[in-house]
Amino acid sequence: MTKIAVEKLNLFYGDFQALINVDIRIPANKITSMIGPSGCGKSTLLRTVNRMNDLVDGARVDGKIIIDGDNVLDSGYDLVSLRKRVGMVFQRPNPFPMSVASNITFGLRVHGSAKRGDFDNIVEDSLKKVLLWDDLKDRLDRSALSLSLEQQQRLCIARLIAVKPEILLMDEPCSALDPIATERIEQLMIELKENYTIVIVTHNMQQASRISDSTGFMWLGELIEYGATDMIFTNPKQKLTQDYITGRAG
Amino acid sequence: MNIKFRRFSEFLIEKAIFLSGIISILFVVLIFAFLLKEGLALFKYVSVKDFIFGAEWYPISEPPKFGIISLIMGSVWVTAGAIIISVPIGIAAAIYISEIAPRKIRGILKSGIEMLAAIPSVVIGFIGITTLVPLVKNVFGLSTGLTALSGSIMLAFMAIPTIVSIAEDAFYSIPKRYKEAALALGATHWQTIWRVLIKAAFPGIVAASMLGIGRVIGETMAVMMITGNVAKIPNSIFDPVRTLTATIAAEMGEAVRGSDHYFALFAIGIVLFVITFLINLIADIYINRELK
Ligand SMILES: Nc1ncnc2c1ncn2[C@@H]1O[C@H](COP(=O)(O)OP(=O)(O)OP(=O)(O)O)[C@@H](O)[C@H]1O
Ligand SMILES: [Mg+2]
Repeated sequence: MTKIAVEKLNLFYGDFQALINVDIRIPANKITSMIGPSGCGKSTLLRTVNRMNDLVDGARVDGKIIIDGDNVLDSGYDLVSLRKRVGMVFQRPNPFPMSVASNITFGLRVHGSAKRGDFDNIVEDSLKKVLLWDDLKDRLDRSALSLSLEQQQRLCIARLIAVKPEILLMDEPCSALDPIATERIEQLMIELKENYTIVIVTHNMQQASRISDSTGFMWLGELIEYGATDMIFTNPKQKLTQDYITGRAG
Repeated sequence: MNIKFRRFSEFLIEKAIFLSGIISILFVVLIFAFLLKEGLALFKYVSVKDFIFGAEWYPISEPPKFGIISLIMGSVWVTAGAIIISVPIGIAAAIYISEIAPRKIRGILKSGIEMLAAIPSVVIGFIGITTLVPLVKNVFGLSTGLTALSGSIMLAFMAIPTIVSIAEDAFYSIPKRYKEAALALGATHWQTIWRVLIKAAFPGIVAASMLGIGRVIGETMAVMMITGNVAKIPNSIFDPVRTLTATIAAEMGEAVRGSDHYFALFAIGIVLFVITFLINLIADIYINRELK
């Protein structure tokens, strides 16, 4: 089942076209990875889905991104409800400079989506889902900035989970982490995909092939090839894709 | 040879820096010692309690009365009023400039604020006397516009540029990722400002307020011109008052050196010093705790 359908998406930063006619259907409850050389538009594509690019002066889009039947690029689309359903994890962990617990309850307070009496339970549930509960249960009022980078990134994921999104967009979520932490976050993603649709941007080709079900390869703003991950990595149809994954291009 | 020379010049530079550090500390210590010596001499004539809590300040009548509670209250009313007016306005303006104003307006506002900060306080006092004082008198229907409130408004006016520019820096230097994180979680622009940016900038906001208040707490001339200079315990912000600093400035010229009056003015100096020190200390403790 398709969760996100991107149709004829073009995006311009001023005169520069960063996305060219991108068409992609992202399946629900799967991990989809986007790969490609630096500057090819992976982050831009991700940031168009939750409309974070609205913040960029001079950015223009046309085309459609259909989620659950509605085009989220419509000017009247409610950004708050969009971003509640489509969470984003950033390259550098970015917990708020507040306590662990307040980081998690932030979304609940913003959306008024839970009673204060339920906050403790939600904090516990969310931390359990990202396997932080045992480490942090006695340190819930400690500043989130005192955690290790891996814990910070997990906390950022927990903070999203608390608002019950349907889609998780992850832009190089492991690039600030060491290999062991990376592996554990990957494990977490695989566990999460049962309940969430995950799109991950990564420069790490092994990572893409280890965790994702389907993979898209981008090049200079275009989606060159998109398909099942093992197909892309073992038997790509396009020469460009082949060159890139074998390290001859990019 | 070359190496030796370099070592020697390093040595000289280091010592010179060390010396200037020591000298500046020495000056502070000397000033403080002088202040203490001259100020404490007063307490041969009056007790500390009568000095601080005495209601009457008649330094040259016979016998003289050296009670400064009315002056302390004058300073407290004027300064508290200034804080209440300037801090919210200053912070709101900083938020507007750094988070809301379109880029072009931001530049204009920032240079405008800097120009405000450059106006000498006597000039502000002068403008205050000709415009603010009659305004306060008419708006509140008072017999005189020379009141604590006028002083507060004017001091707030002087503090605001400092508060705005430092708080604006604090907002500006918040990492962009906090804002992105909040917006990506579905927070509105206002929720992001209120729940994340103000929290993140909080130590900077406290520092901005402290510095703004620090700029005006020792302010003398303008306050003297505008608050009515009546050494009486004020009942409300609409009463004329006299501040500690204004008292020193007004009377130092006529006090005979070595007289009890002269010592009393230095003792007021000690009180001012202690108050300023306490405020700085509290701010420091607060900022350090917030940063943890
Ligand atoms: N805010 C912006 N204004 C103008 N151009 C931008 C902006 N953000 C990105 N670009 C340009 O758009 C193109 C795509 O950028 P994007 O960040 O999406 O690439 P990416 O594939 O994520 O690269 P990386 O792998 O380095 O993260 C780049 O050429 C970049 O310079
Ligand atoms: Mg990127």
